[in-house]
Amino acid sequence: MATTGHAAHRIIEKHAGARDALIPILQDIQAEEGYLSQEALEAVSEGMSIPLIQVYGVATFFRAFSLEPRGRRVVCACTGTACHVRGASAVLDELERQLGVCAGQTTGDGEYSLETVNCLGACALGPVVVVDGINHGHMTRADVQHLLGGEPESAGADR
Amino acid sequence: MSRLEGPNQIAELQREILEKRGKFGHEIAVCGGPGCRAIGCEEVFRALRDEFQRAGCGEDVHLKWTGCRGLCAGGTIVVIDPGGIFYQGVTPEDAREIVEETVLRGAVIERLLYVDPTSGEIARAQDEIPFYRGQTRLLLEQIAQLDPSNIEDYVAAGGYAALAKTLDRLQPAEVIEEIRISGLRGRGGGGFPTARKWTACREAASSDGTKYLICNADEGDPGAYMDRSILEGNPHSVIEGMLIGAYAVGANQGYVYVRHEYPLAVQSILTARDQAQARGLLGENILGTGFDFHIKVSRGGGAFVCGESTALIASLEGKIGEPRPKHVHTAVRGLFNKPTVLNNVETWANVPLIISRGGAWFAGIGTESSTGTKVFSLVGNIRNTGLVELPMGTPLRMIIESIGGGVPGGKKLKAVQSGGPSGGCLPADRIDLPVDFDRLAEAGSMMGSGGLIVMDDETCMVDFAKYFVEFLAEESCGKCVVCREGLDRMRDILTAITEGNGTPESIELLEELCEVMKDASLCALGATAPNPVLSTLRYFRDEYDAHVNGGRCPAGVCRALITFHIDAAACTGCGACARECPEGAISGEIGLAHSIDAEMCIQCGICRTTCRFDAVMTD
Amino acid sequence: MIELTIDGAKVRAEEGMTVLEAARTQGIVIPTLCHFDGLSPYGVCRVCVVEVVKGKRSSLEASCTLPASEGLVIRTGSPRVQRARKVVMELLLSTSPKSKLLQDMAANMGVTKVRFQQKDRDCILCGLCVRYCEQQMQSGGLGFVGRGVSRRVGTAFDEMPEECRNCGGCEWVCPVCEQACRADDLIDGLCGGCLNAVPVESCPICTECSQSVGAEGHRTFR
Repeated sequence: MATTGHAAHRIIEKHAGARDALIPILQDIQAEEGYLSQEALEAVSEGMSIPLIQVYGVATFFRAFSLEPRGRRVVCACTGTACHVRGASAVLDELERQLGVCAGQTTGDGEYSLETVNCLGACALGPVVVVDGINHGHMTRADVQHLLGGEPESAGADR
Repeated sequence: MSRLEGPNQIAELQREILEKRGKFGHEIAVCGGPGCRAIGCEEVFRALRDEFQRAGCGEDVHLKWTGCRGLCAGGTIVVIDPGGIFYQGVTPEDAREIVEETVLRGAVIERLLYVDPTSGEIARAQDEIPFYRGQTRLLLEQIAQLDPSNIEDYVAAGGYAALAKTLDRLQPAEVIEEIRISGLRGRGGGGFPTARKWTACREAASSDGTKYLICNADEGDPGAYMDRSILEGNPHSVIEGMLIGAYAVGANQGYVYVRHEYPLAVQSILTARDQAQARGLLGENILGTGFDFHIKVSRGGGAFVCGESTALIASLEGKIGEPRPKHVHTAVRGLFNKPTVLNNVETWANVPLIISRGGAWFAGIGTESSTGTKVFSLVGNIRNTGLVELPMGTPLRMIIESIGGGVPGGKKLKAVQSGGPSGGCLPADRIDLPVDFDRLAEAGSMMGSGGLIVMDDETCMVDFAKYFVEFLAEESCGKCVVCREGLDRMRDILTAITEGNGTPESIELLEELCEVMKDASLCALGATAPNPVLSTLRYFRDEYDAHVNGGRCPAGVCRALITFHIDAAACTGCGACARECPEGAISGEIGLAHSIDAEMCIQCGICRTTCRFDAVMTD
Repeated sequence: MIELTIDGAKVRAEEGMTVLEAARTQGIVIPTLCHFDGLSPYGVCRVCVVEVVKGKRSSLEASCTLPASEGLVIRTGSPRVQRARKVVMELLLSTSPKSKLLQDMAANMGVTKVRFQQKDRDCILCGLCVRYCEQQMQSGGLGFVGRGVSRRVGTAFDEMPEECRNCGGCEWVCPVCEQACRADDLIDGLCGGCLNAVPVESCPICTECSQSVGAEGHRTFR
């Protein structure tokens, strides 16, 4: 994919290609393309003269990076401590059960990606589930059905 | 926006701003802290702005954002001056009433005021709320007053005066001496004396003179968000602290390493940096004194282990975030092998206060070995979830009961966890403990960055320990055997215990493994990882024993060890649980007591959360 | 020259030496796994931990990365060191039970049972192959992938790296795949042969399995 290589090269140029810019460069590519493709990582390795395995190692080490495209809708459950003591693990269980995927995976039809986050700093609302950027607070296991069952706009935002 | 050419111009600028400001009739401040953002304060802000336009309010009404007000459980918070009227739980629908009643007619809307749940007293202003009364809010009050996107707000409140004083009148050694007198210790977790770190860096040789400063804003503790609030709410205080530190140690380049999950914090620090640069407070020839300092903002890749200084530095260098042995301190050989001072957000934010008011003033707050105040995020099973700031040494009881408002829902306090995943749990009978670096460590916990997680009696301590071990097993970098494999096996053992497959030997093995991990891990993440297990073993041994010997989970959490049944006397037969049960395991006629088929039940607990009559019980 | 104390003996070492190197100049044996002469020290296997005594307090440090410094007091075989090494060996063996080298070391340290759940991953992530490839072959096709318990040694996208010259050094340097233990059934996670009380010459497992057993007996590790 020539276009991907292109984007990576443009981003590397913007960062002046210094070694300490590797993570910001990968972040910018991910922000633009949604994930880090093999082509993109190869372009970064070549453009920055860093062995591919080192770029790959960094890309697989940090949580911020995804090597696979995400689903059309992203469901993100906060599993921070405050949410945990208020029952976040039951909520995550139920999300996994209903979507049929584990946290970190995307449904076979490419519709949903289920992710977790260590803390969103919205502890007063815990347990929190974020669907497509909208916070849903005080979630319980029973709420999951309504959250996923309903249409995006009717799923009781900002409760 | 003119460049300031000398240290004395800061005071002039402050005067100008204050004169200009005297003209506002009303100031309406909307809290834009993390808690309020999540609940939708942006819509409240927009609604208020529209209402002001509709009502034709002119120049004398000033609507502004502030940083976090602290009482996150009461979001969205709107404060109206004059009078400091404190509205909580504000929704966009309340905007018209606020404008028409309070701003235009001066009437207070009682419905939006804070009501003390125990005494029933109504509070009009912030100071009347028990949550605020018990606090010593040095950093947090600035955040609550300032519009973080406006450098003039910071200068008006006395900001950058400490920098002016430093550049105008203090030698680098005098700055460090002031910090030494203050007794300031690192707020990121370790509690290392800041002045010692700075001195080591100042004295360290650098072949080309390069030295670095890093602000660690990679707040990784789940359930803690004070650094986020400071960075979002008062970014200039962090920049000013770094400038003073840079002058003291002789550094010209700084980095702010911000967690990538905090996009607003990144935006806030970038905006503040650009404003400071435009005013000549950052960059080349600062305030015309010849001192240069630049700040780069770096988004963290998302790894808890980067709280470890050497891992953070590796990540800044574009490498995998692995720690290295710290036989040579980072103050001597850090980023790109140059002398580097690394402090956390809250530490930097305290520096301007210390320089302005003096180290002795700071040392007068708190205890002898732990000076100043500390910001805590008080979360979990607590009524007043939020950020609180207290002198070091404040008893835990005061934090939880008077300020936090106690445990809600008629449940009992069981334990308090401090210090994040590397910290420990204290049982309810230890809550008279004064909270400072050393006392917490003695009790088997630690200060950490200041997360306090309150747990009620429906929390299983074995499950809670397992939660942290699972977290750490994912967040360990995986470099050294003891931490990587040790956490993995610890997780196996705890899982076995929570599933009813534990034996007395597995507890012994768990203890031995914990001791060896403390001893033989490469970095502090591994060495402190056993703390949640060791502290729960120390204070809640009976609960482990109940799982292992009795096959019971006393808190009714571990699914393999509990069965659900319905208390026929309490059940009204409303049928709500039967409708929600995903397995169809609940049956009964409407109006009569229902029952659960134990064979079909998957212990999901939906029935228990659904039941409004507390009729679903566990054994 | 600097002087430090190792196991009660005054040891002179050159500036820049590690404690491991200083000990070796005196014939003091400290077991190692992830250390290899000619490769940079990495300090991850934790087998070489020693006790550093500072007055009444002491701590454990990996001797392969600990710089020898003036006045340092080191104990290489204290009970605390032994306990840590044994648990480390158990963790390593439960990860790679088939390694002859690990089985031998464990036997020499007196490990009599592996109490952890077996998870045969055939790799202890010591990183010797990664460092060998990078530092000795100047190739660098191997590296660490992922993190935490999911960390593994691999190549980018699991493809044969362009840099690889098929030198075989990664296999040669590996302490796990170097030689497989031939014992069929492990007893409590151990091959059992090396624990055998009978003389090694007549032990059926040992005579079958290892070059390390023979006229000189087992390889010795403390």
